[in-house]
Amino acid sequence: MTDVSRAAHASVSRRQWLLDPSPGSRRQAAWGNAYRRWLQFRANTLAMIGLVTVVLLIAAAIFAPLLATHDPSAIALENRLAPPSAAHWLGTDDLGRDLYSRILYGAQVTLGMVVAVVVLVAPVGLVIGVVAGYVGGWLDTLLMRVTDVFMAFPKLVLALAFVAALQPGVTSAVIAIALTAWPPLARLARAETLTIRESDFINAVRVTGASKGRIIMRHVMPLCVPSIIVRIALDISGIILTAAGLGFLGMGAQPPMPEWGTMIATTSGFILSQWWVPTIPGVAILLASLAFNLLGDGLRDVLDPRQE
Amino acid sequence: MAGMMLDVEDLRIRFGTLEAVRGASFAIAEGESFGLVGESGSGKSTILRALAGLNRDWDGTVRLAGEPLGRLRDRAFFRRVQMVFQDPYGSLHPRQTIDRILAEPLIVHGFGDIDARICRALEEVSLPAAMRFRYPHQLSGGQRQRVAIARALISEPEVLLLDEPTSALDVSVQAEVLNLLTDLRRARGLTYLMVGHNLAVVTHLCERIAVMSHGEIVETVTAEDLRQGRVQHPHTVELRALSLDLAEAQGQGGESDLSQARTGTAP
Repeated sequence: MTDVSRAAHASVSRRQWLLDPSPGSRRQAAWGNAYRRWLQFRANTLAMIGLVTVVLLIAAAIFAPLLATHDPSAIALENRLAPPSAAHWLGTDDLGRDLYSRILYGAQVTLGMVVAVVVLVAPVGLVIGVVAGYVGGWLDTLLMRVTDVFMAFPKLVLALAFVAALQPGVTSAVIAIALTAWPPLARLARAETLTIRESDFINAVRVTGASKGRIIMRHVMPLCVPSIIVRIALDISGIILTAAGLGFLGMGAQPPMPEWGTMIATTSGFILSQWWVPTIPGVAILLASLAFNLLGDGLRDVLDPRQE
Repeated sequence: MAGMMLDVEDLRIRFGTLEAVRGASFAIAEGESFGLVGESGSGKSTILRALAGLNRDWDGTVRLAGEPLGRLRDRAFFRRVQMVFQDPYGSLHPRQTIDRILAEPLIVHGFGDIDARICRALEEVSLPAAMRFRYPHQLSGGQRQRVAIARALISEPEVLLLDEPTSALDVSVQAEVLNLLTDLRRARGLTYLMVGHNLAVVTHLCERIAVMSHGEIVETVTAEDLRQGRVQHPHTVELRALSLDLAEAQGQGGESDLSQARTGTAP
């Protein structure tokens, strides 16, 4: 009884601490700000559905070895193309491999590719965009023309050409997607920077005598990060689709690997007879990209500085 | 001129083909408060931005305490000269706490005991210490402008450039901020260069006033002369008449607030 009331009291005072209008320390101000954002985000049902799905997806990928009921590459030809049952929750594919386990391990491949692309693309796009926008002049022209060159190619065609030139595989697919994904981010960061650059609060920082690098890193870039995060969250569904598309075309992950696009490609012939076999990875792709889209929309509502 | 804190000679600023400032010359003594008045587009704010190093496209001679200034300003310049912007809603970084905003000049100039200096700066502009970790959007316009003034003064400059520091504020808050600026100047022996279009505000703070029209300084008068109407140039006469009309139109409220501010600071 006292424990319960003490716990309730602790949670109330923590909430008060977070929502205190006059925080007493840098840490409290930062946490309070984050908590207000979270409250705003939590009120958005669709965004919460997206967040929960993404979290489940990440958990599925991380804990795939624990959650899987079968070895994802164990072939059992006597039990091929089985419908969903107690033994095989989502049925088996054309080589008798358990689809449920393959979907779980497929999440590892897909999310791994997404993380790799984001890690490659976000810093490059942000830095190129902000530097071009802030410094301006010939550097801006040079960086933006390079961006234009990359934007001029159709995304999938450039990725295909690149993968064809290297050898097909997950690494090449990641590099190919990264090559085509950074230019829109750089453009966005540049556009943000141009609106921030001439604002009085940046002029005020200039008047303190801060160096150009300091102004870019400490004052301009933090303001561009939220829109870059939103853009990336919305782009992730595109990255998932491109990764699956490359896999489907045989240019991404190679057959034994349980990648969702590859799984559809190798079993597409059974769409009319055993429809669930190619459909299940398709549903996985749909859910994953939809979840990231909903999450991105929710983040935009919370993070976009224009909506304050 | 010797003994002058800020000496501007034949300053010319152009934007493309438009000559925004056509040969402005004035000099401000150490500890003096000098005003630049004119209607919108007369080039007064342009002069201020050029002096602060925000606009590098200018010709002429500018001397700070006798030393000629180049187009690129170094950190030492910003130790001595600071600026307060017109719009307190636009001049504070929206994602930084007041603490962070005030710490910035201290970090840039390598000051020690940052915590103590921030507390003292807040106290000096009469902001409660509880404001320290708030964000600008949690503050009122007057409070924001106090933060902007605290930021300008925290690196202990000698010259303060004021770009219409009260024009974005309510009349009652204007008087508060003007009194604060007057007190700070007296306490620290600062030199002010203030730009404004409201004659009442500028004469309240400044001892000498230059009237600008179409990029030129047409007349330089003392505040006392301006109050008594001892002015020569037709543009100054017009501007003075306009500001009197405005004071009347605003009614007793606006007028009494400013006159109250004036009597409030009289020794």
